[in-house]
Amino acid sequence: MRIKTLLAGAVAAFALTSPALAQDVAITGGQVLTGTSVIENGTVVIRNGKVVSVGTGAAPAGLRVIDARGKIVTPGFVAVDSGLAGTEVGSVRGSNDLANRANTLTAAFDLSYGLDPWSFTLPVARLGGVTRAVVTPQHGGSGGGHSHDDSDFAGAGQGGFQTPGLFAGQAAVIKLGGSDILVKPRVAMVAPFGEAGAAVAGGARGAEFVLFKETLGEVRAYARNKAAYERADMRALSLSRADMEALIPVADGRMPLIVTVNRASDIQQVLRLAREEGIKVILDGAAEGWLVADEIAAAKVPVILHPTTNLPSNFEMRAARMQNAAALNAAGVVIALKGNEGAAHRARDIRYNAGNAVSHGLPFAAAIQAITVNPARIFGFDGQFGELKAGAAGDVVVWSGDPLEPLSQPSAVLIDGVEQPLQARNLLLRDRYRTGGEGAMPPAYGN
Amino acid sequence: MLFSRLRGPSLAVLTCALGALSLSACATTGDAASQTPTASASSSSKDRTMAAGLDGWTNQDPYPSTYRGLPRQNMAIVGATVLTGAGQKIEGGVVVVTDGRIAAVGGADTPVPAGHQVVDARGRFVTPGIIDIHSHLGVYPSPGVQGMSDGNEATNPNTAQVWAEHSIWPQDPGFNTARAGGVTTAHILPGSANLFGGRGVTVRNVPSVTMQGMKFPNAPYGLKMACGENPSRVYGSRNQSPATGMGNVAGYRTAFIAAQDYKEKWDKWRETGQGTPPTRNLQLETLAGVLDGSILVQNHCYRADEMAVMLDVAKEFGYKITTFHHAVEAYKVAPLLAREGVCAAMWTGWWGFKMEALDGIEENAALTDAPEGSCAVIHSDDAELIQRLNQETAAALSAGRRAGMDISEEHAISWITLNAAKAIGIDKETGSLESGKRADVVIWSADPFSIYARADQVFIDGGLAYDRANPAFQPVSDFELGQPGFGVSAAGVAQGAR
Repeated sequence: MRIKTLLAGAVAAFALTSPALAQDVAITGGQVLTGTSVIENGTVVIRNGKVVSVGTGAAPAGLRVIDARGKIVTPGFVAVDSGLAGTEVGSVRGSNDLANRANTLTAAFDLSYGLDPWSFTLPVARLGGVTRAVVTPQHGGSGGGHSHDDSDFAGAGQGGFQTPGLFAGQAAVIKLGGSDILVKPRVAMVAPFGEAGAAVAGGARGAEFVLFKETLGEVRAYARNKAAYERADMRALSLSRADMEALIPVADGRMPLIVTVNRASDIQQVLRLAREEGIKVILDGAAEGWLVADEIAAAKVPVILHPTTNLPSNFEMRAARMQNAAALNAAGVVIALKGNEGAAHRARDIRYNAGNAVSHGLPFAAAIQAITVNPARIFGFDGQFGELKAGAAGDVVVWSGDPLEPLSQPSAVLIDGVEQPLQARNLLLRDRYRTGGEGAMPPAYGN
Repeated sequence: MLFSRLRGPSLAVLTCALGALSLSACATTGDAASQTPTASASSSSKDRTMAAGLDGWTNQDPYPSTYRGLPRQNMAIVGATVLTGAGQKIEGGVVVVTDGRIAAVGGADTPVPAGHQVVDARGRFVTPGIIDIHSHLGVYPSPGVQGMSDGNEATNPNTAQVWAEHSIWPQDPGFNTARAGGVTTAHILPGSANLFGGRGVTVRNVPSVTMQGMKFPNAPYGLKMACGENPSRVYGSRNQSPATGMGNVAGYRTAFIAAQDYKEKWDKWRETGQGTPPTRNLQLETLAGVLDGSILVQNHCYRADEMAVMLDVAKEFGYKITTFHHAVEAYKVAPLLAREGVCAAMWTGWWGFKMEALDGIEENAALTDAPEGSCAVIHSDDAELIQRLNQETAAALSAGRRAGMDISEEHAISWITLNAAKAIGIDKETGSLESGKRADVVIWSADPFSIYARADQVFIDGGLAYDRANPAFQPVSDFELGQPGFGVSAAGVAQGAR
């Protein structure tokens, strides 16, 4: 028994770090939630890492088969506003590459350079069915809306830090498998608005909006006069060249701007700003979004939100409700649902958050969309992942039951067609101590 | 408080037991807390009259509960799947509530007394009211603004003299949202900036204008102690002790030496009545209450090795640790905790936010629960999580089953009911659906281990405190009146059911 345990541990440890090979595979017999539809007794065929067909036919001959009878098959979930691969231990500054705190670089901050494929957060998130993430720079308004364990001793408000400028940097899309996890860097720019944005600008919302418009004006002037800028034949500009370069696609309306904003009136102001400046925005947070859901829908602006925010944690979310996701969805807003606590260590909670949105009025199908298809669409990856359809990445999770239920667990997780080990640091700890840690040999020998 | 004042470290456990007994005794005679000295306090024949407030023993309940309970009627909840909290699962069960107490719990053949209102709960689930033993509702309320941030008296590593109840803002909207999640009882603690954070208080989760109106009658006080990173970070960053783990332990020991000395002086003076009475010291008085077993130690302690040290500190000074909170590594010393009879309160999902939380695993509750004599508890420490402790428990149960452990729902529900009640010393009063206990009951729309389950009705002492279908029983706090969104339904749901 002892030797068997040791061997199993050794195999598991190996599997945790060794890259697996893409395999052609068919997943058969399960109820398939494609992201947009439901197929009973479905067959998902993956070749060369991509989905080639989703239907009800038999598996092609010769293909390896994953038997999903009695199970539920979903696309891998897509974590938004995530810190995956960008942080190991929240309080250990050296292990956190999500926030640019102390220098003058703002918009140009590109967190993709700091993402670690060997981060121990990734296998843990996979166990929650997460296979892709939009890793997003942190700022003073980031997070699920609460702190715990007295991390905020002074009660000075959320976040506890400010970005050095109006922009927190650029987000990247990753996959949660393999040694090359970066799917695409610089997919969106991030800017805090509301209380956090006002704090950066000097304390008042009115300062931030004026500064923001002025900054965009400078970026456009720079873009038109790069030659003059290089000759130093141009008026002084407030941002560095790197920041202005990073902002050109935002000013052009090509790169979406993730705007963290919660108060209904702030949302209205941001929608107006986007209209006036011709920029593309994604609302992040939107705790009071349900109050202006029709306006958000009319502006065709998507929202990424934390669906269990229902307390007036501060003065910009006094109208927070559990029904926010349901109300926005009903109004026609494209929504994506977040995990907890910055969706790094607790990215796996995304399925529970989706379940809670359902129990508060969001249709089940819309909740599945909000953690699969919608985040892919919002960030410009429609059809590439987050959906089981021909041509999409072979990111598939087989669940023992309803994926939104805590009592369900994944039995298989594939990323780009590669079956991932269902192993993680937390399970290694579990197995080391599952017999109480009081054997003849210290637990350290039980690896 | 009615706790007997036996002295000496070796009697601490016995004192706890007597305390629990007196709790249930006073429950049968009404909730009014005693404000008169007990016989032992006035046993000396000598005249030891002191000015009001100078002798803490003559009035151990200076901020007495005025909790009266909500209007209630006798009832029988019939037809539900009943998880009693004490390990039983009864299909088609009957829960009889008489005069705010559980009168009977049994199968479909359980007789319903004449005159009892019948509540049809067929197809639904019934559990005891959820108990959260680690909450900062009211002391770190919503909104979390500077003027309301009253949870940490972070001015000295030892603030055993402060009482969380003096910081509670009863208008915290979080009490209402927690109730909508089935929470009927909460232990409100000071924060963990200090080695000794102060006294915690147990409250009935009813809307009230005053803190006293929520106070759980005769529940024992807790003393919040904290291990680890928080105290050493807070004071170390001020170039002050403690700056390290060893500084933390020196701080506990120094304080208990002073407390032993203080307690001996008072004991001696009470016995002999000679000389000058000691000067009352609120800090030492609370620590002396720990030494005599009347105040239960609620010890924030993440790491297994630190728990083992704290158990030895407790032995060195002859007190008992009732519960380790945030016991992220409890699973590493589960047999030790069970042998010592210490409860461990845990999260399921939180890990990795700081070094001492690095080894947090979802299986913690299941593994800690496994040894004979264990006391595993799931707690929140958070105004959002407290609304979904059933889900946090479901995730813990699921992780245990993933590990191949055979754990039933009727057992796992004890982690947020009966074990939680034990962990704050109120298990004779509540925590399970057993005859004689307070009728703290939740009727769930579905299996509470399902993500889709909602608390349909929540009863506290038999009084309807929340009804998901009836806005008349969906309290909204003063703070929320006239605020943005006030009175407006979201997705067709009234504000009070948010």
